[in-house]
Amino acid sequence: MINHEDLQLTDDDVLEMYRLMLTARRFDERTWLLNRAGKIPFLVSCQGQEAQQVGAAYALDRERDYTAPYYRDFGVVLALGMTVKDLMMQAFAKAADPNSGGRQMPGHFGSKRLRMLSGSSPVTTQVPHAVGVGLACQMNNDQAISFVTLGEGSTNQGDFHEGANFAAVHKLPVIIMVENNQYAISVPLNKQVACEKISDRAIGYGMYGETIDGNNPLAVYQAIKKARDRALKGEGPSLIEAVSYRLTAHSSDDDDMTYRTQEEIDQAKEQDGLHTFRQYLVKKNILTDQIESEMEAAIKAEINQATEAAEKAPYPSVETLYDGVYQ
Amino acid sequence: MSVLSYIEAIQLAMKEEMERDEKVFILGEDVGKRGGVFRATDGLYEQFGEKRVIDTPLAESAIVGVGIGAAMYGMIPIAEIQFADFILPAVNQIISEAAKLRYRSNNDWSSPITIRAPYGGGVHGALYHSQSMEAIFANQPGLKIVMPSSPRDAKGLLKAAIRDPDPVLFFEHKRAYRLLKEEVPETDELIPIGKANLVREGSDITVISYGLMLHYVKEIANELATEKEIDVHVLDLRTVYPLDQAAIIQAAKQTGKVLLVTEDNKEGSIISEVSAIIAEHCLFDLDAPIQRLAGPDVPAMPYAPTLEKEFMVNKDKIKQAMIDLALF
Repeated sequence: MINHEDLQLTDDDVLEMYRLMLTARRFDERTWLLNRAGKIPFLVSCQGQEAQQVGAAYALDRERDYTAPYYRDFGVVLALGMTVKDLMMQAFAKAADPNSGGRQMPGHFGSKRLRMLSGSSPVTTQVPHAVGVGLACQMNNDQAISFVTLGEGSTNQGDFHEGANFAAVHKLPVIIMVENNQYAISVPLNKQVACEKISDRAIGYGMYGETIDGNNPLAVYQAIKKARDRALKGEGPSLIEAVSYRLTAHSSDDDDMTYRTQEEIDQAKEQDGLHTFRQYLVKKNILTDQIESEMEAAIKAEINQATEAAEKAPYPSVETLYDGVYQ
Repeated sequence: MSVLSYIEAIQLAMKEEMERDEKVFILGEDVGKRGGVFRATDGLYEQFGEKRVIDTPLAESAIVGVGIGAAMYGMIPIAEIQFADFILPAVNQIISEAAKLRYRSNNDWSSPITIRAPYGGGVHGALYHSQSMEAIFANQPGLKIVMPSSPRDAKGLLKAAIRDPDPVLFFEHKRAYRLLKEEVPETDELIPIGKANLVREGSDITVISYGLMLHYVKEIANELATEKEIDVHVLDLRTVYPLDQAAIIQAAKQTGKVLLVTEDNKEGSIISEVSAIIAEHCLFDLDAPIQRLAGPDVPAMPYAPTLEKEFMVNKDKIKQAMIDLALF
């Protein structure tokens, strides 16, 4: 494994990265319980992708850069400043949801304050948006970059191609990170693409492409950090493919046992980034038993408080249905 | 005041807005060095440079989607789709994204983009360089659709569209580009979006239309006043979505006899909605069934001149429909 010291990350940094990953996981687990208890109608899961999400977000300038996260990016948005309470308000479709005021499904993120573009459900429309932000950064000599994520299945969409090509032609400060979790709902990677790696597609656009271990947050951090440096130097966009595995069903309405086996999932769990990064931190004596139990307790308390607050919070009032169609 | 063609008025509107605000920029196919295939952006590349008049790759969804992204950053993009017929690859970006961005983010984000596209037939453009595309977008709250009928309107409405805080589709009739000329004020005139324009007061029949067809309607109304003493009330919709319902209702009540004209295919067209508004509000004021004059319900106009002419609504057809209604 890459050493965090070699990346100029402190022990506190990596501990914070782990805390964010663990928060995303524990939040996700709680929403499954809430869904099965009939308290929230729907969820999409981030389990298995927290390492790449937090690793990538940590490599950004979180005071400056723009992001267009896709619907599984709970790790990204937590690292960027969305709180557990914010996300729980979204899960319950409450008026206090900062992403959409309860208008959109869970996982549809957006916050102008955090420079996080609002996302929709048709996949990959966010890629041209992120490229447009990159164009605007370039036009304004803004020392910020635009970071966008999507799933591997989404790289088949026209908007991926159109956006990536545009960014490459104009050498825009854009990072496109594909979170390859092996499945587009039920359809496995080999029925989505015939190329060996998603990052091979970068060749066709004339941009930098790289495939990395998405289970290793330090590898992702390193790749995104370098991509960011290239972008700011005017060397153009990068296509980074982070490979991991989707550990849960696609959503609360999906039954993944209809298209894959428990053995396959169990095998993937051994590579789970949350698990392997924990081992790394334990081995480095950064994550002690005491720190870990305090961390778990603090996260649990935060999620409990957020759940309670969100359950009690009001839904948007009916008069607001008509607001925000036009200015 | 100087006399400008419809396309010169459009070019001037963009030039003035780009001089006024550095955030305004243009992107599209062939808009840069070439100045646009119709020359709508003529001279702007030379004046503002390649960073503000951007020749994009040939990909409509990116033209609109990149524009939306830049608008989210705070820029004011004018995206050109070379022919309205080619806007379809960008429909997801227009309907799922631009139209819904403000609403879905609970007023946090917005997309102040203007999307210009030449529409309309009668130019030997065949099926895919002749269509009217407005009806496809005209039930999408969050969008505004503007279709000017004269050079002066084109300039004032385009400037208003560029300054509008929400996405505007701006459809320009390509036959009007060099056909229509009139005096256009040199002042910074803004014509409000969302308001119809009463262009002629009359007492016998009401004709409601927009775009190039409205120009023909005006001409014929003047002819009928002298030739047949038919006094025509003419309303220009200017904005075809959302519609100015109050102006439509008032214009229909004025004479009780209403003719609606569009160049588009008839079923599900803009005038179908105008007809429904009148039917809902003006039943007891009507002295004749609402008449609709439109293109036939065939997919689009063919290349052969005989078939194109048969498809197109023209001055003869409009004149006959107006006389028939007056005599009803």
